[in-house]
Amino acid sequence: MATAPNTTAAAKQESQQGFVYLPLIAGWLVPGAGHFLLGKWGRGALLAAAILGMFAMGLAMHGKLYASAQDILDMLGLAGDLGNGLLYLVSRVLGLGADQVQITTGDYGTRFIVVAGLLNVIAAVDAHNLRTGRKA
Amino acid sequence: MTHFAAVVLFALFASVVFGITQRETPRKMIRYGIYCFVLFTGSAVALSWVMFFIAR
Repeated sequence: MATAPNTTAAAKQESQQGFVYLPLIAGWLVPGAGHFLLGKWGRGALLAAAILGMFAMGLAMHGKLYASAQDILDMLGLAGDLGNGLLYLVSRVLGLGADQVQITTGDYGTRFIVVAGLLNVIAAVDAHNLRTGRKA
Repeated sequence: MTHFAAVVLFALFASVVFGITQRETPRKMIRYGIYCFVLFTGSAVALSWVMFFIAR
């Protein structure tokens, strides 16, 4: 009779093995990947769709990708952009995004890209909390 | 894209992430996501009307 709880406990313990920060790092590099690693397919797909959608909308609105930090606002924008992980690096390599904001929607696009990065960090931390058992 | 469309899209994407990350059960996630969406769009519309009357 006690085999079922033991099996569940063993499976849970097995899933807790390995590098504890892997979902955090994977989630930062690729939106939703941290949740995918933990088998949370639905949550991961929704997070990926929301973050990728926001980043893509930002680029479509001719948003700016911060490349360097000349003042404190640039530093904050660059920090937000870096939250996008590989999305930011690949976009920089491909030359996507405007160098400077030239149209009205470009300013909105810049904010979309920064907020997408911040949301991605929140999602990655959520994956880490799931991994450590802090969240169910 | 209109300003309102940008607001709605921003609210939608942010609410999805907030809902999933800030609550534990699917039911609570949906409720909190809708709550955030309404607050985002509602406050944007309310502040827009405030600015409209200030500018007159």
